[in-house]
Amino acid sequence: MTGHEVAEERRGFPFGTLILSAVAILGLATVLYRYINGLGAMTDLSDGRAWGLWISFDLYCGVALAAGGFTLAGAVYIFGREKYHTVIRSAILTAFLGYTLVILALLVDLGQPWYIWHAIIYWNVHSPLFEVAMCVMTYTIVLALEFSPVVFERLGWHVPLKAIRSIQIPLVIAGIVLSTLHQSSLGSMLLMMPETLDPLWYTPVLPLLFLTSAVAVGPAMVIFETTLSSRAFGHKLSTDVLAGLGRAIPYILGVYLVLKIGDLVFAKELSLAFSDNPRTILWWIEVVVGVVLPMVLLSRPSVRQSRPKLFGAALLVIGGLILNRFDVSWLALGGRLGYDYFPHWMEFAVSAALVAWAMIWVIVANRLLRMHEAAPEEEAEHHPAPTTKPAAGRPTAS
Amino acid sequence: MPKGVLVDTTKCIGCRACQVACKQWNGLPAEETVNRGTYENPPHLSGKTFTKVRFTEIEDNGRLQWVFTKIQCMHCVDPACVAACLVGALQKRDDGPVIYDKGRCIGCRYCMMACPFGIPTFEWWDRWPWIRKCTLCVNRWPGTDQEPACVAACPTGALKFGDREALIEEARERIAAHPGKYVNHIYGEKEVGGTSWLYLSAVPFTELGFPNLGEEAVTVNPARAMSAVPPALVAVAALMSGIYWLNKRRQRMSTARAGDHQAKEEVTK
Ligand code: SF4
Ligand code: SF4
Repeated sequence: MTGHEVAEERRGFPFGTLILSAVAILGLATVLYRYINGLGAMTDLSDGRAWGLWISFDLYCGVALAAGGFTLAGAVYIFGREKYHTVIRSAILTAFLGYTLVILALLVDLGQPWYIWHAIIYWNVHSPLFEVAMCVMTYTIVLALEFSPVVFERLGWHVPLKAIRSIQIPLVIAGIVLSTLHQSSLGSMLLMMPETLDPLWYTPVLPLLFLTSAVAVGPAMVIFETTLSSRAFGHKLSTDVLAGLGRAIPYILGVYLVLKIGDLVFAKELSLAFSDNPRTILWWIEVVVGVVLPMVLLSRPSVRQSRPKLFGAALLVIGGLILNRFDVSWLALGGRLGYDYFPHWMEFAVSAALVAWAMIWVIVANRLLRMHEAAPEEEAEHHPAPTTKPAAGRPTAS
Repeated sequence: MPKGVLVDTTKCIGCRACQVACKQWNGLPAEETVNRGTYENPPHLSGKTFTKVRFTEIEDNGRLQWVFTKIQCMHCVDPACVAACLVGALQKRDDGPVIYDKGRCIGCRYCMMACPFGIPTFEWWDRWPWIRKCTLCVNRWPGTDQEPACVAACPTGALKFGDREALIEEARERIAAHPGKYVNHIYGEKEVGGTSWLYLSAVPFTELGFPNLGEEAVTVNPARAMSAVPPALVAVAALMSGIYWLNKRRQRMSTARAGDHQAKEEVTK
């Protein structure tokens, strides 16, 4: 570690953390205000638009953007792509924080948050939301367990460490199963709205579209967050790892695109994409900027080998997904006549605060825990032959 | 026998006695509103208003005419709100009504988003908000011969309470007896799988602000998706275990065969 880098870290952080803390604390105050005065006092929600920013951003985008956890865990532990081992910890942590954020957002959004546990004792198995609730709850626990070795390792608790490691594979499989189910069920939830969701988006294959787009955004999120955190915390990161993730994305996006367009063709509804409804513009941005463009970019080695270009392409994938989730849960969803909705500033404040809290925890974790290397004993277990991987590396250039 | 109400909009005079009776029976407070240049008031259903009469101005042979339509929960035969509610706070009773149990509700408002008629409302102003909507007066009629409060209050017989099947029969007869008077459409007979409230009208329902809905219940597609969940669960779990097993096996074999070969592969840079 050179003196120059230390100085940069010290200079960079306090200012950023100051803003983060301010946003995080303002959000807390807003939430307090909400519990005292009710939802009506601090949202623009109404009977005509009962779901708003929180559902679109915190739930719909939040769950999808946390898909890096199960996709990476699957790639490493199930498909044996060991080279992604270096980024698995941060992927799991982001996923865990993402799901915690979703649950916290729901505790703000629900009218009766103190009864959220009713979802555990009163079951309506026909409700897609019931399945989402169950899976989100269980998966958050699974993610906590998947991440716990990093904490145990730091604390030097060998017994729980061994215990968790021994059930690691079942945990990963459970995580994949739960994710498959609820990522798609978020789409099934919207199937209940054939009369209000724009037909360009409404399709019985919506659950599959939700699943494939979440799988595609998983690696993109890992590229996004590890690029940022490797800069911020000076972790060593091989370009090969990120480029490999970038290589996978066009294939998954390809499946998504074929499903999305093929479904319209099959249903003889492709003409909807060319109607003069202003919403079609949103659809085209989603498809061209969020799917086709990153597919083209990421299939070029020159893009994948360049950190900034790879980062940019990942951003496109993420942006496309966010737009898609906003479309289906808000912009392309008709409200009741005679109502308007634009989020109240306090709604923005809550969403921003949740993101700020997640970032604070990422910083804390990166300061206190070993986020980028597997434990030495695990390395030894997995790779009998010594590798050239430097331990706790620092970038030589950035 | 599922119950229902037949609304003959040609008989409605817009007196709003039903609206007032509903407030009285359900103990709902008045709403403060502003003059919007119409007698129709309040502007929307809300947590304080379960039913209201909509005033639609239409042109009939060059003459301006008012059509009055009472709106409230339709008490669907296959209700979206019931299928949506994750805790089963909304239930469909065999005798017709769709009822709400606030002892279960968590306030997620999925029911509000799912209802194709835009009916359930929320107590936004309250710190402990609940969902509110028409109950079809289940606390009045089962067991007694009392009708729902709105029906009992109607002075012209525009509302008629009875068995849903019999009401559909009667509606058909009324259309047949006066072919020029009604459009040949009983709204609610087939819409989204049928509703307990049925409407007759002299003008097409779309002109009266009724949503133009298909005959398939909106719960069909989500139900299909949900029935795929258990097999998907098993399939994904089996697939992942299988792939894991295959990969482990391959890895073990290749380590056995060429230890140094693998070490070379692992060098990532
Ligand atoms: S009209 Fe809406 S609230 Fe009433 S039963 Fe049907 S779906 Fe439920
Ligand atoms: S708001 Fe209450 S009644 Fe409506 S779906 Fe949610 S839990 Fe069920």
